[in-house]
Amino acid sequence: MKLTNIDMNMLQAVTDLKKVPDGAVNIRLNGEAVVRSSSPNIEIRSRTDGRPGFEVEVKAGTRGEKVHVPVLVTQDAYKEKVYNTFIINEDAEVEIIAGCGIHNSCGADSQHDGIHTIIVKENARMRYVEKHYGEGSGSGKRVLNPHTEVIMEKGASAEMEMVQIEGVDDTRRTTVAHVGEKANLKIIERLLTQGQQEAESDIEIVIAGQYGNAQILSRSVAQQKSQQVFRAALIGKTACTGHVECDSIIMGQARIQSIPQLDAEDAEAVLTHEAAIGKIAGEQLIKLMSMGLTEQEAIDLIIEGFLR
Amino acid sequence: MLKLEDIWMQVESENGENREILRGINLEFNTGKLYGITGPNGGGKTSLAKVIMGIYKHTKGRIFLNGEDISHLSITERAQRGIGYGFQQPPRFKGLTIGDMLAIAAPDADPKRRRLQLRAVGLCPEDYLDRDLGPGLSGGEMKRIEMAQLLLRDCKVSIFDEPEAGVDLWTIQKLIALIEGGYKHNPDKVAIIISHNENILPICDEIIVLEDGMVTDRGTANQVWHLIRDDIECKVRTRCQGDLEYEIDQY
Ligand SMILES: Nc1ncnc2c1ncn2[C@@H]1O[C@H](COP(=O)(O)OP(=O)(O)OP(=O)(O)O)[C@@H](O)[C@H]1O
Ligand SMILES: [Mg+2]
Repeated sequence: MKLTNIDMNMLQAVTDLKKVPDGAVNIRLNGEAVVRSSSPNIEIRSRTDGRPGFEVEVKAGTRGEKVHVPVLVTQDAYKEKVYNTFIINEDAEVEIIAGCGIHNSCGADSQHDGIHTIIVKENARMRYVEKHYGEGSGSGKRVLNPHTEVIMEKGASAEMEMVQIEGVDDTRRTTVAHVGEKANLKIIERLLTQGQQEAESDIEIVIAGQYGNAQILSRSVAQQKSQQVFRAALIGKTACTGHVECDSIIMGQARIQSIPQLDAEDAEAVLTHEAAIGKIAGEQLIKLMSMGLTEQEAIDLIIEGFLR
Repeated sequence: MLKLEDIWMQVESENGENREILRGINLEFNTGKLYGITGPNGGGKTSLAKVIMGIYKHTKGRIFLNGEDISHLSITERAQRGIGYGFQQPPRFKGLTIGDMLAIAAPDADPKRRRLQLRAVGLCPEDYLDRDLGPGLSGGEMKRIEMAQLLLRDCKVSIFDEPEAGVDLWTIQKLIALIEGGYKHNPDKVAIIISHNENILPICDEIIVLEDGMVTDRGTANQVWHLIRDDIECKVRTRCQGDLEYEIDQY
């Protein structure tokens, strides 16, 4: 199956790839796995429960490998719900490049709901990158609703970077995680909303194992009349550490709600949060303008840097 | 090159009244010369620099650059015409790196030149280029980066606002050499250095003393140095004494 120009552009927008990569890869296009290949250490297979989606299993002890699993929706008014499971076995080290691009140029909505389960086993390490991107001229919305469940076993560590670049009209994102003993989870979220777009993100991390650690770092920009609601909850059940940081730039007539929540159920739990919402500092604009940039160029640059 | 004609500037203070910050400044800056501006805190030095850059709007008077009245030009337009200002307190950015800022300063410059400029202000490019221009940098580091940017921009008129602030002595010596090397006797450029520093002021061809928004003295370092010293010390003494007497009166 050949990928069209639109497909390739979107593939690049969500994964930075200019061609189909080697190694373990699964490209889902309009509900079909148009590319699927496993590698010796990473197996991608159909689900045993018969649901749409796949299972990825990374062999114990794997080192420095990547797996690409982008989803592309280019058919107008296409809606789907997909189930993906990732099992990262003991002591493996892997990078997962996910992401979803929607191209919709008709009047009806397109929607991709990705339901992910990620299990990071003992002492395994994972980096997960997921970019969301929408394009197309139609008045129909481009909707992405990811639901992600993460289980971190003893000593596991993971960094998850979830980015919504642009063009997604409506997103409800839920992430729940369970952090085991001495496990370490860092969730980084970057979000840009424009026009009438709406985004809601709900993250809940339960730190259940002793000396577990979790961080949620969110940066967002809301422009024009867009709206964002961000909820981040850390629940410390034992001696553990956790930190939430939400930093937002608000512009135009946008609205941002930022709701960090800390819940310590043990006297040895150390949980902290910082939240800030504000417009671009005038000093920053003036500084860049005094270096020859126009006001708009300065704004674009500040936002680009902030969300990087 | 740069001419200020009867510049007045006011700000609205908290009680809603207008306060004159600059009161009838007449100055001319010619190429090839280094100018120093000094004077007591709050004298109006930074305000004058910001008026030249277009950051503050003057309420009366005109500013000329090479004969063109630039009074109504925006900050961007003045920057594009070759005016540069190194901030007294440069702002920090989340997400922009030092390398990004140097690239903005000189988009067409060879990356090697940017690295050299960073090295010239005493910062190792390997350690600094990719660092965020954010809260992780010290005050002195921020100042040195600000200087590097301004030097790299190679403006017709460069205004350095207290380049010495927070910077160690060794770096001050480096900055002095850079400013002297780049601007002294340079037939195309003017440098204006706002400073309180006894090592920096003497390199200037002319020193302008700004006090209460007015030019109160000008001349070579030798001519004005004792004036600055005596004047400022004397004022500080009387002011403090006044405060002291006032306090005693209160109790
Ligand atoms: N944006 C502003 N709003 C209100 N007052 C201001 C503003 N900018 C400057 N001023 C006032 O103008 C006066 C001159 O300030 P300016 O910063 O120009 O002094 P300066 O000579 O640079 O002092 P320093 O040596 O401390 O840097 C001060 O009284 C200051 O409080
Ligand atoms: Mg000042």
